[in-house]
Amino acid sequence: MSIDGSSQRIKFYQTGTWTIGNRLLDPEQRTVQASADRSNALTCGHRACQGCGEALAARYALDAALRATDGRLIAVNATGCLEVFTTPYPESSWQIPWLHSLFGNAAAVASGVAAALRTSGREDIRVVAQGGDGGTTDIGLGCLSGMFERNDDVLYICYDNEAYMNTGVQRSSATPPGARTATTPAAGPRPGNDRGTGKSVPRIAMAHDIPYVATATVADLHDLEAKVTRAMEFHGSRYIHILVPCPLGWGSEPAVTIRLARLATESGLFPLFEAEHGQVVRSTPIRHLTPVADYLKLQKRFAHLFKANGNQEYAQSGLHVLQAEASRNISIYNLNPAASADGDRGGIDS
Amino acid sequence: MTREFASTLEPATSLLNETGSWRTERPVFVDRLPPCNHACPAGENCQAWLYRAEEGDYHGAWEQIMVDNPLPAVMGRACYHPCETECNRAQVDEAVGIHAIERFLGDLAIRQGWNISLDRTESGRRVLVVGSGPSGLSAAYHLRRLGHSVTVMEAGPVAGGMMRFGIPKYRLPREVLDAEVRRLTALGIEIQTDAKVNDVVETMGEGGYDACFVAIGAHLAKRVDIPAPDAGKILDALGLLRQIETGSGGRNGEAPEGLHVGRRIVVYGGGNTAIDAARSARRLGSEAVIVYRRTRDRAPAHDFEIQEALEEGVQIHWLSTIKSMDEGQLTIEKMRLNTEGWPEPTGELETIPGDALILALGQDVDTSILGRIPDVTLRKDGIVEVDRNMMTGHPGIFAGGDMVPAERTITVAVGHGKKAAHCIDAYLNGTQHRPSPKHELADFSLLNTWYYNDADRTVQPVLGEIRRRTTFEEVVGGLDESTALFEARRCLSCGNCFECDNCFGVCPDNAIIKLGPGRRFEVNYDFCKGCGMCAEECPCGAIEMVPEAI
Amino acid sequence: MLKQIEGSRGIAEAVALCRPKVICAYPITPQTHIVENLSEMVRTGELTGCEFINVESEFAALSVAIGSSATGVRSYTATSSQGLLFMAEAVYNASGLGLPIVMTLGNRAIGAPINIWNDHSDAMALKDAGWIMLFAETNQEALDLHLQAFLLAEELGCPVMVNVDGFILTHAYERLDVPTQEEVDAFLPPFDPAILLDPDHPLSVGAMVGPDAFMEVRYLAHHKHLRALARIPEIAGDFAQVFGRESGGLIHEYRTGDADTIVVAMGSVNGTIKDVVDELRDEGHNIGSVAVTSFRPFPLQTVHVALEHASRVVVVEKNLAIGLGGTLASNVRMALRGAELPVQTVIAGLGGRPITARSLRKAFEEGERDELDEPTFLDLNWEVVGRELIRVSETRRSGPTAEGVLRATAEGRP
Repeated sequence: MSIDGSSQRIKFYQTGTWTIGNRLLDPEQRTVQASADRSNALTCGHRACQGCGEALAARYALDAALRATDGRLIAVNATGCLEVFTTPYPESSWQIPWLHSLFGNAAAVASGVAAALRTSGREDIRVVAQGGDGGTTDIGLGCLSGMFERNDDVLYICYDNEAYMNTGVQRSSATPPGARTATTPAAGPRPGNDRGTGKSVPRIAMAHDIPYVATATVADLHDLEAKVTRAMEFHGSRYIHILVPCPLGWGSEPAVTIRLARLATESGLFPLFEAEHGQVVRSTPIRHLTPVADYLKLQKRFAHLFKANGNQEYAQSGLHVLQAEASRNISIYNLNPAASADGDRGGIDS
Repeated sequence: MTREFASTLEPATSLLNETGSWRTERPVFVDRLPPCNHACPAGENCQAWLYRAEEGDYHGAWEQIMVDNPLPAVMGRACYHPCETECNRAQVDEAVGIHAIERFLGDLAIRQGWNISLDRTESGRRVLVVGSGPSGLSAAYHLRRLGHSVTVMEAGPVAGGMMRFGIPKYRLPREVLDAEVRRLTALGIEIQTDAKVNDVVETMGEGGYDACFVAIGAHLAKRVDIPAPDAGKILDALGLLRQIETGSGGRNGEAPEGLHVGRRIVVYGGGNTAIDAARSARRLGSEAVIVYRRTRDRAPAHDFEIQEALEEGVQIHWLSTIKSMDEGQLTIEKMRLNTEGWPEPTGELETIPGDALILALGQDVDTSILGRIPDVTLRKDGIVEVDRNMMTGHPGIFAGGDMVPAERTITVAVGHGKKAAHCIDAYLNGTQHRPSPKHELADFSLLNTWYYNDADRTVQPVLGEIRRRTTFEEVVGGLDESTALFEARRCLSCGNCFECDNCFGVCPDNAIIKLGPGRRFEVNYDFCKGCGMCAEECPCGAIEMVPEAI
Repeated sequence: MLKQIEGSRGIAEAVALCRPKVICAYPITPQTHIVENLSEMVRTGELTGCEFINVESEFAALSVAIGSSATGVRSYTATSSQGLLFMAEAVYNASGLGLPIVMTLGNRAIGAPINIWNDHSDAMALKDAGWIMLFAETNQEALDLHLQAFLLAEELGCPVMVNVDGFILTHAYERLDVPTQEEVDAFLPPFDPAILLDPDHPLSVGAMVGPDAFMEVRYLAHHKHLRALARIPEIAGDFAQVFGRESGGLIHEYRTGDADTIVVAMGSVNGTIKDVVDELRDEGHNIGSVAVTSFRPFPLQTVHVALEHASRVVVVEKNLAIGLGGTLASNVRMALRGAELPVQTVIAGLGGRPITARSLRKAFEEGERDELDEPTFLDLNWEVVGRELIRVSETRRSGPTAEGVLRATAEGRP
């Protein structure tokens, strides 16, 4: 299309790889979600709250997995929000083969599905197991570790909204320090969640040396799809941990679910990285470094960290704890914003 | 073995559950007014033609410009781009270089020989346009598109008005201007030069014109009295520029032969004309000094032009007025700003060398043409009063451009021409011109700029210093195609969906329907829960959340 | 083919002959030999087309089987006691989802106190979870029941638990008739599932069912068991035709025809009981016994018919429903509704306490004379119990009972 005879190739897109799609990009460079023919593993009519990050992430991840596997996919789901809001008799919003067994056994059930496919000559069909943070980091950790240790051919996806949301916002081991939940209320001299040592399931997964581990959020679809696709290139155990804001549990406006996820990564509090066989191989740099407070302020579950009354010293120290965690992540995962100022991931240019 | 009752379900049975009933507000796709469009005095739909350009549809983009403005190659050079001042991108990094892209498209059109076709068949009506400056030519063009027969009568020897006689070649090469004028005549517009109109009413009657648009500009220089030994040493800026224009030779950017103004010239004034005069004098080999009574930030000239002048070696004495002129020197008085910001004399005098004084103190309208018509109202400075339909007090006689109350820029003039043409068209048809209602402004706060790539504004090539001082070659160069495309793609498309698929992608309820390329999107209100994520994540603010009537 | 092999080995060979595709296992005494044998068979290639998965808990074991069964392949696991409880959630899940999993339960006592020896408390803990529960009397029957179990499970869409007394059967070496592959293939067709997880026909399995349909779901599960009551004897009949021996069925009657007193029991103790019945018959007692093979579904009508002509029933059971008495006995009483017939409960063999012919004979004779306590605790050491009760009444907060008994014994207290 070069009118003046210049041979320079077009390098830049108005929105590049940040938006879901773009009419100026080749269809292959748009996301799976941009296509009107996308598989919609999860379709309309489900009972998720308005602005539910998990509903969105599930469709994002599974549609990407479906494309990577040519639609040959079986999903196993743990008990939790995703399972409950998608399959209340008589309505199911799934359009793929889907199995829900119990709260803590999704990884084991998925291992069984994978074994069955192998022994019946249907290895072209791949398996995804999915659960919330409750079903993954707490009650499901035993089965998850077993699956990892056996290196069963399953991609496990954890949708982390940082509490047991389906049962009414109770604290899980994924709940951040200081957050208000129904079992860690913002009351008394030490309001909000305790400041424990934390539990990073991605790092636990890495400790098993499984082929692929990654973190992602609903704010960066290109990144999420690339990671799901990459995961499906491997056989053996793979783990993806996706941060999914929950308007109800986090006390945020439904409309800002994606903005929150974006702030979580831009502050460093939720680092985006990939690991293969126990070693971090890639991390996604922060584009515009943001203070953790900007992220927390949009969520009522952290309101007590900013209020004038109450134990102000304790509250402020909670803010420091979170900011320190973010800074540590930036250092550990080399999210290094200063060194990487250009956020353009350039389409077809190479 | 059969499937279990109730605990096993068929796929997509949830489509029975129409969650749209949950909503308290609904998303609505809207078109909002981009600030560039809003700011353009010619009413160009900048966003729309940038949309075309970024697709590589340069012809389509150019045609879109031509809907409003017949002189894109000129405008891309001479317009002061208020669109860019208002451009929302400036709040991200830098404004989109809209003028540079318009110029690229205009130049491309000239190279490719593009033209437009008329919107309507011949109406049989005849309209007279007096003056072939930007306003007159714009009016003529729009009237012609609407199917009317148009004659432009130009008093001077060649068409163009201030474009030819006010803007120097190094800002607007004459080949470009000529090409765009030729395009107009190719459409069937008749342009008569050396055809001064003295009596509008009479001329209309003689020619059987059904209406008239007068746009003779303001080409009379204001003067002040400055004591000087030799009156010939005092020129007005317009006169100088005219001489440069009509002087012999002067092809290919060279200075006209035999034109000397003096070794050192002093220009009095702080507007664009003053700058033009000073820079032109430099190219003629003179040293040039500008004297202006206020400060740089209060000077009417655009700052980039002041900057270019300084780069070319023009000196400027701010806060100074000229008291008198002697042989080879001028006496200037230093000013200071009082508490209200107005300059007042300090009493301090200074002498500066100078052989000639060029006055650039403003321009007045020649009132002779309309002054005799009784129902035409003139202000005391000669400006013609017109109603909101650009019509003077005399029915059928319309006016626009520098001669009516307005900011005096080429783009405003072009805008007047377009508006007047539509009003004349309505007048001829016995109807009222009703401009379409404007959408809500696409304010920056409505955008989600995260989604736009970081991309610094491209820079146009600039002629080297030496050539700037010695020739009238165009100082600022144009963009090549890939750069123009890059620049066009920096546009945020404020308030207008550009099919980025965000809404379609981010809806957790799969409640946006993609209608196909060029057809945008639709909300599936059966399932939309009204969460507002689509509106929040729309980069260009083309979705509004509207409360449901509960 | 006749082989002198351990009971566990016999079960393993039977399971292997059924051509399972997924076997998952977590070790717990006394079922371990079963899965160890199967693991070897898979490794040597004796059992082909099968994956043996070592899992990290019993909960995982049954969960893996749930996943593989739902994907349409024949799946098997085994457990005992604590392991069964650890997978309790999954046990209900498997039957709720209608998955035809077969599981061997090597019956073992449930703690605390931890005890690895045989009784039926584990089976009784989950008796109402919806699984079909069959009890093997001998190792031959244990072997045979597994073949019938797969057939039954797959036909009805209901999981089946085959109960085999731990140590007594699992670790006993006996002469067993192991069928050939051809014989088993003729009896047990390949698994023809309504494959639940299939990208070509997607389904959502495991939906949440509310008050509007839950009762119907449960009724339909119950209905499967009612159909099983008809099918179990039919399958046993087919089995007898093919393999030439009686195995399975709802109950086995022994010399009940004109019996005055009928003893009812489950599992291996029936062997000892039949010896005592023979002894007493030789001395002129009118006594017989019934071995209940199908405990769930409980064959109410069949048991009623078998017992109603007697004067009394003595239930010998290896389970104590603490706070109530005998579980099997309660089920038998329910079967005997409408017949005015005393049912005596003899609690015996808890935690592996040996049940001797002599003790049984004494109990049966007392039963004939209607002198049995209700319930009777066979061979209970009343001295130890008495001392402990006194100790408890003398001291407050006396700590766990067993430790107290040990301490008292060590201190030589009377």
